[in-house]
Amino acid sequence: MTTLHQSVKQTEQHGPATGLTRWLYTTNHKDIGTLYLWFSFIMFLTGGCMALMIRAELFQPGLQLIDPEFFNQMTTMHGLIMVFGAVMPAFVGLANWMVPMMVGAPDMALPRMNNWSFWILPFAFGLMLSTLFMEGGAPNFGWTFYAPLSTTYAPPSVTFFIFAVHMMGISSIMGAINIIATILNLRAPGMTMMKLPLFVWTWLITAFLLIAVMPVLAGVVTMMLMDIHFGTSFFNAAGGGDPVLFQHVFWFFGHPEVYIMILPAFGIVSEIIPTFARKRLFGYASMVYATASIAFLSFIVWAHHMFTVGLPLAGELFFMFATMLIAVPTGVKVFNWVATMFHGSLTFETPMLFALAFVVLFTIGGFSGLMLAIAPADFQYHDTYFVVAHFHYVLVPGAIFAIMAGAYYWLPKWTGHYYNERLGRWHFWLSFIGVNITFFPMHFIGLAGMPRRIPDYALQFADFNMVASIGAFIFGFSQLLFLYIVIATIRGGEKAGDKVWEQPTGLEWTLPSPAPYHTFAEPPEVK
Amino acid sequence: MSTANYYVPAQSRWPIFASLALFMLALGAGTLINGLRTDSGGVGLVILLSGALLMGLILVGWFGNVIKESRTGLYSEQMDRSFRWGMMWFIFSEVMFFAAFFGTLFYVRTLAVPWLGGEGEKGVSNMLWQGFQAQWPLMTTPDMEQFPGPQAIIEPWHLPLLNTVLLISSSFTVTIAHHALKADRRPRVVLWLAATIGLGAAFLLFQVMEYIEAYQEMGLTLHAGIYGATFFVLTGFHGLHVTLGTLMLSIIWLRVLKGHFEPDNHFGFEAVAWYWHFVDVVWIGLFLFVYIL
Amino acid sequence: MRVSALPLLLAVAGGVPAARADWSLNMTPGVTEISQAVFDLHMTIFWICVAIGVVVFGVMLWSIFHHRKSKGAQAKHFHENTLVEIIWTVIPFVILIGMAVPATATLIKMYDKSEADLDIQVTGYQWKWRYQYLGEDIDFFSNLSTPREQISNDSEKGENYLLEVDNPLVIPADKKVRFLITSNDVIHSWWVPAFAVKKDAVPGFINEAWTRVPKPGIYRGQCAELCGVDHGFMPVVVEVKPQAEYEQWLADVRAAKAEQAAAAQQEISFDELMAQGEQVYNRACAACHQVTGEGLPNVFPALKGSAMVLQDMAGHIDIVLNGKSGTAMQAFRDQLSAVELAAVITYERNAWGNDTGEMVSPAEISQRTAASATE
Ligand code: HEA
Ligand code: HEA
Ligand code: HEC
Ligand code: CUA
Ligand SMILES: [Cu+2]
Repeated sequence: MTTLHQSVKQTEQHGPATGLTRWLYTTNHKDIGTLYLWFSFIMFLTGGCMALMIRAELFQPGLQLIDPEFFNQMTTMHGLIMVFGAVMPAFVGLANWMVPMMVGAPDMALPRMNNWSFWILPFAFGLMLSTLFMEGGAPNFGWTFYAPLSTTYAPPSVTFFIFAVHMMGISSIMGAINIIATILNLRAPGMTMMKLPLFVWTWLITAFLLIAVMPVLAGVVTMMLMDIHFGTSFFNAAGGGDPVLFQHVFWFFGHPEVYIMILPAFGIVSEIIPTFARKRLFGYASMVYATASIAFLSFIVWAHHMFTVGLPLAGELFFMFATMLIAVPTGVKVFNWVATMFHGSLTFETPMLFALAFVVLFTIGGFSGLMLAIAPADFQYHDTYFVVAHFHYVLVPGAIFAIMAGAYYWLPKWTGHYYNERLGRWHFWLSFIGVNITFFPMHFIGLAGMPRRIPDYALQFADFNMVASIGAFIFGFSQLLFLYIVIATIRGGEKAGDKVWEQPTGLEWTLPSPAPYHTFAEPPEVK
Repeated sequence: MSTANYYVPAQSRWPIFASLALFMLALGAGTLINGLRTDSGGVGLVILLSGALLMGLILVGWFGNVIKESRTGLYSEQMDRSFRWGMMWFIFSEVMFFAAFFGTLFYVRTLAVPWLGGEGEKGVSNMLWQGFQAQWPLMTTPDMEQFPGPQAIIEPWHLPLLNTVLLISSSFTVTIAHHALKADRRPRVVLWLAATIGLGAAFLLFQVMEYIEAYQEMGLTLHAGIYGATFFVLTGFHGLHVTLGTLMLSIIWLRVLKGHFEPDNHFGFEAVAWYWHFVDVVWIGLFLFVYIL
Repeated sequence: MRVSALPLLLAVAGGVPAARADWSLNMTPGVTEISQAVFDLHMTIFWICVAIGVVVFGVMLWSIFHHRKSKGAQAKHFHENTLVEIIWTVIPFVILIGMAVPATATLIKMYDKSEADLDIQVTGYQWKWRYQYLGEDIDFFSNLSTPREQISNDSEKGENYLLEVDNPLVIPADKKVRFLITSNDVIHSWWVPAFAVKKDAVPGFINEAWTRVPKPGIYRGQCAELCGVDHGFMPVVVEVKPQAEYEQWLADVRAAKAEQAAAAQQEISFDELMAQGEQVYNRACAACHQVTGEGLPNVFPALKGSAMVLQDMAGHIDIVLNGKSGTAMQAFRDQLSAVELAAVITYERNAWGNDTGEMVSPAEISQRTAASATE
């Protein structure tokens, strides 16, 4: 327990600064983690409000509330904000908080750069959101910004969008470098790679993905910039280029990106399920290998988003087979989680509820992903609400639920207080029901033939759209409950002990709750 | 040098201001570029330059901090390793940035242009561009009115070959300098570093000459269809990296003159050397795929 | 209570195929051999996924019910077993191969573009389709025909709301029709669910697709790639006719075309031009330049008060006929008849307070189009 003692002493000597400068100038991984998490939540509400506008317009056929131009801007911004503003920063925030504590490090490897990674984000999103007020309107070409709609035919604000993406890229790359360096270099003595908690493992691999693909995104938006302003013809057949080239480069980034949004979620769930099953994670090593396999495969499946662009047959087949293969390692993960629960001693606190819902609903999303991977069938699914249903299942009850689960799981460690369990369960059930009412019907309207990204639709899609819209409002407003619970927990509540839960494993539970400002001044010894 | 503790810096105001500077760069560049068409980019230029200035000051200050901390022995070996990992992964990210452009080159050469010319599985596309023939380098574009192809292209065995020699030699000179530093033979370090910088500068000079020739005499421009586009994006970003590398070498050189670095502790030097080798390797790729093949 | 939603969910999922025939719940089986094959593939994978889901969620639910602490369950301490890991790697792999085989077969069939009886070039425009029958002199545009009042909720929505067009594509039944799909501006995607044909229309490139429809009828689809403001308003309608009716239709179209050419030679009054011009404008131009002629700032220029419209007659005619390449302003010379062109230009020069009093006659337009065609 010497570590504990020293950490506490450290806090006394060297606590947080006070006032605004604490947050502006901080080099502390916990402060930065907190900043990331709050930023992410604000973005989640912002992107969520946009989703609600979309759903409100789609409540009934006909144009009611917003005109089609603004609708497209909402769709685009919603996608971009949720992906780059809500999910990614939330995971980085969790990594900031937990990775040093889990590997037994004093802080992140490069603390100043860590702060920089964060503070770029508000500026980047400020720039991106400001396009909403520009003449000609905000980007309106979807979060996938296919050329030439996003180049020749784009509103002038696209230039700012491009620079905002560059900024986000810089932020993500630096954040990822920091996480990799921390994991590889700052592990406590005895913390071998194969002892790393799974959250750390999944983040290590995620960080690798980030560093590999964010520069590619930077490259593709740079080519867009040049096509728009400097007369090049990358995406223009008249000069020998190809609009489809844009899609290849984009999805070379974009597909790994979707795994960037799910691997840390796998990590979180792999922490939570063993704790509440009171049983060690089943198949630790295979979990690690499965994660690595998913990451590897993610680089060679990108064109499954492009089955209808007219790929040569051989390409079509290759990408179909490679994509289907991802089901194997993902399946291993799902089976391992189930096997961990099997013959455990289960309890169902809020984090566990979210984790269980994750396993089921993510798997449903995975199944629809597998259906999309079947190229001939994708000719029918592509760009319909079936795809929208697929990715919301993996993203909302997938990524977002995992983030919620993680937040509930570690909140007592962060604040020193338990959250209100009863309200937590309310939040869970409202979210669970809301999410399914919102996104399940989208499978039906998609199969029935409703294209995505449309502000108005044919009459046969009316009923389920209405249901989905109602669900969206239920789900959306339940998140305000989450906000309340978190604030209440920060302000007070039942005191949490070091271990917080009955039998959690990991170094973070050897620290007091709330965790001291400086974590492991003296590295702990791991047996 | 202390090895006991991992140094966690106290609060720092550099990052937030660096974010602000980056924001100004982005906002300024955006306003400037958007204003190009309407000649109203002036404000943009002001913001851009202020951003650049601010960023410059911050980098000087920030690196100054790091150098001071390093020289007062605050950094442990472990810290040194963090820097190494950081630099390695940064270079990896740069590799991927170039990979996007190399990928583009391969795609247009092996797929897009042949399809437009009527070859391969999507050869029907040629219906839209009757008379267009696939060739590489692409001298005649599908739509010569919109994208007039180049009249000539850069001959690889003149300037580019010279540049290849220059850049490869510079990788050797920087290595010699590194060995000299390890042997603590300062004057040699100064000399060979200077040689490296000279070679880098010469490379850049020739590159500029090449661009001028391309623009003025060959009609090889950004506007010259996909050949010009890939040519300039690849060589241009490479050139930018050489510029940055030369700048960093110069700073290292100044630091050597000021007596910085120790034979067994000189990560700043090594990082720049790595970067320089990376730039070199990219050039070899360029020479091969852009100029020769 | 805690898990009651799960079986419910599964029941809903299971409900999908129960409504097999109901087009509003499941994928359409369509009317072609290919679309049937795709549908079968879809159902096969779906059922496999359901089966796997039942097993996986079954074990999970079982654990949730029986291995809960409140029931006194004690955790067992196994946490590794190489054999089961191998089993549950291999079994999914085998299942996947089982899926891949029929999928590959279907895909190969879809890619067999050989020996078509009829070639039609399909070109996407912001926001309409153009159909050119290669080898026949038939070439027309297909616009959404749902009235604006229905979209703005000012009148009752019709049965085929948003899925109806002025000129549907007409193809003969039981013939292999090959589509050469391309675009004039941004990427669109030509989709008819009943044929299981969805192919992107990429500017500068041509994608091929084909269908053979045994059953005459009207089949509806939509553009399936975000292509700008009115992406939601560019339906595809295909009328499949028996061979004889198809030939009759060909003859009718040719006759109508001749009639139009004749009309272009006739005098037409200013008021008539204005009246027709307003219609054409609202149909073909208002999507961008807005009904008020005010455009959208920085995206679509205002025509109201535009210098070109007020002063530069030649420029005005030129941009409408030939468009401006690299912008959304497309060439309308092939989309509209000479009368319509004359009407819309006249209208623009006199509507919304653009009171130039000038008019353009159809004959003038024909002259110009003829002149530039011989260039
Ligand atoms: C977190 C994000 C995430 C995740 C994890 C996934 C996971 C998967 N996705 Fe998804 N996807 C998206 C986010 C994600 N996707 C997004 C955002 C889009 C749309 C982008 C856009 O166009 O805007 C998209 C679109 C998309 C498409 C393109 C559709 C189209 O536009 O036409 C395809 C096609 O193949 C696809 C496939 C898959 C597959 C095969 C998986 C697999 O990883 C799933 C694997 C999991 C399982 C299969 C379940 C568990 C496994 C078992 C229980 C084992 C046994 C199972 C079997 C043998 C079947 N996805
Ligand atoms: C992680 C990513 C993520 C998340 C979490 C979500 C969350 C949601 N998404 Fe989104 N979505 C995407 C990623 C995501 N989405 C992407 C990538 C696209 C594709 C974009 C494209 O096509 O380009 C998309 C597209 C998309 C569409 C299709 C649009 C179209 O094709 O035109 C729809 C339609 O229903 C939709 C709905 C929703 C809903 C209802 C939610 C709900 O979960 C949202 C929940 C709501 C809230 C969280 C709001 C909470 C706020 C309040 C209650 C108000 C309080 C306010 C204050 C305090 C200020 N999304
Ligand atoms: C898909 C969108 C779109 C449609 C439909 C469209 N236009 Fe345009 N139009 C544009 C754009 C964009 C420009 C600006 C082109 C440029 O950059 O100069 C333009 C420019 C013009 C101009 C020149 C205005 C000026 O002041 O320079 C005229 C005249 C015009 N359009 C007439 C028409 C007519 C007539 C129709 C219908 C028959 C029509 N447009 C349909 C997008 C459209
Ligand atoms: Cu055309 Cu969407
Ligand atoms: Cu994907």
